[in-house]
Amino acid sequence: MKKIAKSNLPELLAAMAARGKVYCPQPDGAGGSKFAPWTPGTPVAQGCNTRLGPKGLFFPQTEELVRFRVSGKELEIREAELREEPFVVFGVRACDCRALEILDRVFLSEPVDGFYKDRRDHGVVVTLACSQPEETCFCGTFGIDLTNPQGDVTAWEAEDCLWFRANTEKGRELLERLPLEDGEDAAVERAREEAREIAGRLPLHGLTTKGFERGRMLELFRRPEWAGLSESCLGCGTCTFVCPTCQCYDVKEFDNGREVCRFRCWDSCMYSDFTLMSAGQPRPTQKERFRQRFMHKLQYFPDNNEGIYGCVGCGRCLRQCPIHMNIVKVMKTLGGGEDA
Amino acid sequence: MQADVKQRAIALLKEGTADRVLGWKAGEFFYDLTPAVFETSEEVERDFVWSPFSAPNLSKYLIGETRKPGKIAAFLKPCDTYSFQQLRKEHRIDREKVYVVAVQCGGMCDIEKIKALAKAPTAIREEGDMLVVSTLYGEKRLPRQDVLAERCLSCKSTKMAYYDELLGDDGEDKGDGRFEGVRRLEAMTPEERYQFWRGELSRCIRCNACRNVCPACSCEKCVFDNPTSGVENKAAANSFEENMFHIIRAFHVAGRCTDCGECSRVCPQHIPLHLLNRKLISDMNELYGPYQAGADLETRPPMTDFRYDDPEPSVVARRGGAQE
Amino acid sequence: MQVNEKFEPTIVAFCCNWCSYAGADLSGTNRLQYPANVKIIRIPCSCRLNPMFILRAFQRGADGVILCGCHPGDCHYTTGNYYARRRMTLMFSLLDYLGIERERTRVEWVSAAEGAKFAATMEEFTETVRALGENRRLEDLRCKQM
Repeated sequence: MKKIAKSNLPELLAAMAARGKVYCPQPDGAGGSKFAPWTPGTPVAQGCNTRLGPKGLFFPQTEELVRFRVSGKELEIREAELREEPFVVFGVRACDCRALEILDRVFLSEPVDGFYKDRRDHGVVVTLACSQPEETCFCGTFGIDLTNPQGDVTAWEAEDCLWFRANTEKGRELLERLPLEDGEDAAVERAREEAREIAGRLPLHGLTTKGFERGRMLELFRRPEWAGLSESCLGCGTCTFVCPTCQCYDVKEFDNGREVCRFRCWDSCMYSDFTLMSAGQPRPTQKERFRQRFMHKLQYFPDNNEGIYGCVGCGRCLRQCPIHMNIVKVMKTLGGGEDA
Repeated sequence: MQADVKQRAIALLKEGTADRVLGWKAGEFFYDLTPAVFETSEEVERDFVWSPFSAPNLSKYLIGETRKPGKIAAFLKPCDTYSFQQLRKEHRIDREKVYVVAVQCGGMCDIEKIKALAKAPTAIREEGDMLVVSTLYGEKRLPRQDVLAERCLSCKSTKMAYYDELLGDDGEDKGDGRFEGVRRLEAMTPEERYQFWRGELSRCIRCNACRNVCPACSCEKCVFDNPTSGVENKAAANSFEENMFHIIRAFHVAGRCTDCGECSRVCPQHIPLHLLNRKLISDMNELYGPYQAGADLETRPPMTDFRYDDPEPSVVARRGGAQE
Repeated sequence: MQVNEKFEPTIVAFCCNWCSYAGADLSGTNRLQYPANVKIIRIPCSCRLNPMFILRAFQRGADGVILCGCHPGDCHYTTGNYYARRRMTLMFSLLDYLGIERERTRVEWVSAAEGAKFAATMEEFTETVRALGENRRLEDLRCKQM
């Protein structure tokens, strides 16, 4: 294993930044943190999850696709170009890393999304194992080990050092050009043991996916509890936008009078115009929209993806929902509940 | 107080004063209460919570709830009662179908402030003015004052705008201290103000939480959701659209915003949106006379009224605020 | 954009059909000149000016927006301009609060008989905005000429 003293973090980031931008969690000026390009002198935010996950670095909230311009009888079409810029994301947590694997299943399966693939190909994901999870964390429910995140490189904090392990070829290339020294990984094992102990006493530790197995789709869909669960939902898009795995988007156009810019932007199944069709809204009330979100995460997605659930237990919706309705409450109401 | 509120809710159902009760339902943690309608006293007994985390303003739910048959008892905090009156004034609520139980409030706690000081909180108890927070990483003692929600630190009034029944004592108006944040911004140069708002509004992710929670935003279809309006947007594609959404929203609720502070509470990006609404409230008070939305049902709101001798718009250029 | 040339601002003037629009007409028939920068949009009453119109004008490239209506007391619909006066006062104050230059927006009362006032107002407003330069703070980059 490779290591570097934590006090040398700026040197490390500078070395990472030698071939492109390095995104890392930084204070967002409002008490939280966000992934932003690192520049010398900027502090790296401590703490657990950023307010928004790293999703936007690979799948931005708005993204231009193509422009049309009409002059006389000529129609000019300009497609947005791939950027092909190398970059590094440092400090991705285990849950957010799994979230990227979930996005991969959507955007890298046929038809492949060129813009997303471009960023995935050129981005190196450096994950950071959690040592102090929040009370809202429940990644364990989905089989994620917060002490052993994946990504191109895995990093651990232990005994005043950062420890690194490369998982992929891209990761090995990155580590080779960083000012690291060799070290024994006993310290990492001790840190992981400590983190596992904390994970074992998280309040949501016992939450399971019992009741959401394959073959229960219709039964779950028809459950009467959806009405009560969705009763106070405001229909805002907070849960979907802070969610690291929500991947629905809409394609819209902006006409400035001379040219039309077609772009895509994150959409939310909580919105009244989600998948609006000429025949009308297929999910006429908030109950159906609410149900769609959780059925997608817990049934439709796993049904199409070898049983992988569309939630990673990052806890962002638990923290951010204005009325505190969230997937944990849904799972406890509809599922088998907690293990004893 | 928690026990009193709960007992009252149960009694209202048992007496038949109301068929349903609108209150706050217990969650997974001590702080994640969800607005809920309770139909039986057993449900109330099990799940109803009145605590320093009963933050959601329940009045907007009454628009939908009063369209249903039967009578509903609503538990409202002082600030919520203003929203209730304002919605009555706008004929959005059927008053006959509501029984308002006003509950005096000592200020709501901001869980984000608690989390900043005590990571991963799992339980809380009050000891006088101190809150003892148990966390995954040990116990922390926090002065209650330090973790009060921003809107409660600058509370406009603990006097109820309306009630059928009052739990606790009626409070009083707290004066104009709430405009301090507005004054600080007004004292800046336009450049500083511009940079301040760019910094804040650039975090907007257009989740619409501020709009959807706002009791004054009760349009059946918002202009920003209407594809034929020409300004419909699912995402703020650039800085202009960020500005436009928040300017128009603040303007549309001008004179109807009761300053309940829900917009700032729910913002997942912690944008101080109340500073926009309070600026308009402060302007209207100053230019057109003191007015509190939701305080009564009779006074004409300033934006649907005029005087022959109103100041001209050029007053903006002559009034305070630092010059560049 | 224009580095060395004289900056030519785009001014959008919302004019009430019953007074200022006729005032603009009068200044034309009187052969009074006002800057070609001014693009007039006729509205049925100053009260019709939705604050969104102002923002949209800036979005679509205006550098200054002016509203012209009947003098208070002279509204064709009796009271429309009184409401407009309150709205614009608050709107301008809010824009100023957001750091948008307060000189970019203005309200003037111009009657159908005041052709000369219309021309002078437009002349003066155009020069004010010219001095401020291009609208940057309420611009939409997608609408810029490229």
